[in-house]
Amino acid sequence: MNNARPRIAVHKFASCDGCQLAFLNLGEDLLALAQAVEIVHFAEAGPVDPDAAVDIAFIEGSISTPEDAERVRRVRANSRYLVTVGACATSGGLQALRNFADAREWLAAIYAKPEYIQSLATSTPISSHVKVDLELWGCPVSGRQLLAATRSLLFAVPPWYEKDKVCLECKRHQNVCVMVAKGAPCLGPVTRAGCGALCPAFRRDCYACYGPAENPNAESLARRFEGLGLMPEAVARRFLFINGAAPAFAEAGLKRRGKPHD
Amino acid sequence: MESGFLPRTRFQTLLDALHRAGYRCVGPRVRDGAIVYDTLTRAEELPRGMRDRQAPGRYRLEQTGNPRFFSWANGPQALKPFVFAPQEPLWRSERNASGEIRFAEISPPAERLAIIGVRACDLAALRLQDRHFQEGVVADSHYAARRRNLILIAVHCTHPADTCFCVSTGDGPRATQDFDLALSELDDGYLVQAGSEPGRELAAQLTLTRATAAQREAAAREIEESAKSQTRRLPSRQLRDALFANLEHPRWNDVAERCLSCGNCTAVCPTCFCHSEAEEPTLAGDHSRHLRLWDSCFTQGHSYIHGLTIRADTRTRYRQWLTHKLGSWHDQYGRSGCVGCGRCIAWCPVGIDITEEAAAICGGGTHG
Repeated sequence: MNNARPRIAVHKFASCDGCQLAFLNLGEDLLALAQAVEIVHFAEAGPVDPDAAVDIAFIEGSISTPEDAERVRRVRANSRYLVTVGACATSGGLQALRNFADAREWLAAIYAKPEYIQSLATSTPISSHVKVDLELWGCPVSGRQLLAATRSLLFAVPPWYEKDKVCLECKRHQNVCVMVAKGAPCLGPVTRAGCGALCPAFRRDCYACYGPAENPNAESLARRFEGLGLMPEAVARRFLFINGAAPAFAEAGLKRRGKPHD
Repeated sequence: MESGFLPRTRFQTLLDALHRAGYRCVGPRVRDGAIVYDTLTRAEELPRGMRDRQAPGRYRLEQTGNPRFFSWANGPQALKPFVFAPQEPLWRSERNASGEIRFAEISPPAERLAIIGVRACDLAALRLQDRHFQEGVVADSHYAARRRNLILIAVHCTHPADTCFCVSTGDGPRATQDFDLALSELDDGYLVQAGSEPGRELAAQLTLTRATAAQREAAAREIEESAKSQTRRLPSRQLRDALFANLEHPRWNDVAERCLSCGNCTAVCPTCFCHSEAEEPTLAGDHSRHLRLWDSCFTQGHSYIHGLTIRADTRTRYRQWLTHKLGSWHDQYGRSGCVGCGRCIAWCPVGIDITEEAAAICGGGTHG
């Protein structure tokens, strides 16, 4: 029976490890997961076998070094399904802010010997390098998303994933809209659901950590933020944040910041 | 109809009578900067003196200092969440060791609920939801169970917001149907009018004095002034033909440029009833719950059929909403799906105004 268990791996690229914690924080479900699958590589949890062939590879983190650009190809070649978890792996993450600046200048400003640091000029999502079968958004992702994706793949059915706006979840929870009732520059109307409208439930505005929803109208929302009194740079910073490199957000943000550096 | 007078100082006796009859009372309370329906145990919890200011995409509360409990227009919620739950399990399934799957019903809720402060527009909306959920070929058991256990204490609306237009849809501001009790709020208390047998039984438990002619006249005058103060209106109560004759009107592109396709209008709309369903299996794969969730014609999934998304862009989604709400609803339910509550105007994050869009597409003025 054990031999028939699907094999999974959890790989880390440029990231903070928070999405891997979504696995480790599963509680009792982690035991159920360990019975349902064989975890062959998950360095943060113990097992290390990075080149093992697996049924599902979960990838946390973005591609920001030449070595990682190579390594992700090996992971793809060894995996039946490849699932990205979190903002870094799915859109390039917070570190993709450097895509809109001169990354070498930043290195020189911070490190005494920047010549020892080998990193790419940009931080890019996994899908810019290899074929991705499923993208789980979030900063971090939730255990619920990981379990739902795993369960679907074990059932051999197409995974159901959130693509609607946060507003749908927010209204299902009967939260009072922070934008309409407080004038807060909430990104919920362009952001992908899945978090349970966590921030608006605590009366603060969504900052889009789950990335763009399907069919987002970031330009209209950006104009509304200007109407609420935000200066163009403040509007730009709303969009150019955790998922700033996602095209829909980059477009609305950069338009208000001016042209990016060459 | 015979009506009595309840002084404001004795409002608690109404809540007490409902509690004795086994009802949880839900009424207007201030939460997070808005008037929402929440559990009510004491009259002091009511939003005394609170007044709302509403405009497209904007809602604010202020304290006026007046002694009234109901001097506000509707907040974001209607009766909808209390009968058509935003998210609820409908059934569950289990798979045993030999692979057999069994389905089990999840019992509908049976809580008795008294809702206090209901406005005419929301009663009209409830009538439409009744048509949809329990007067068709098959009644929805969860909706019907909640509906059966409701007692409704209406308040005739004397403080419409700038976004209200119930006069133009014919649904307010006076509550005329489907309430158990209806209250007219005056400076010192309430005219109480029963609209059902449970309402009469409830009124009999209150110590009411006979309403004077002056009180009745004052109440009628306030409702009349409330109606006159509304400035928004729909071009007509029957816009079906005008809408379907204008399916390629350039205004659809114009509104699509502003619309966020976020579905807030449909979530706050007291008549919108679309939902999606989802399966929630455990990781072990031996149990699953089947959920029903509020959906919206502004989502991609709403028009997804077997590999094809019929309405991929915002233009066609907004058009679907408006042509259904104000158009084909007439064929389905014998009237428009809009009751003039104005929530879709105030709670649209970018302030799109249904009366303006309808007028632009169908002709006719918005401000009467």
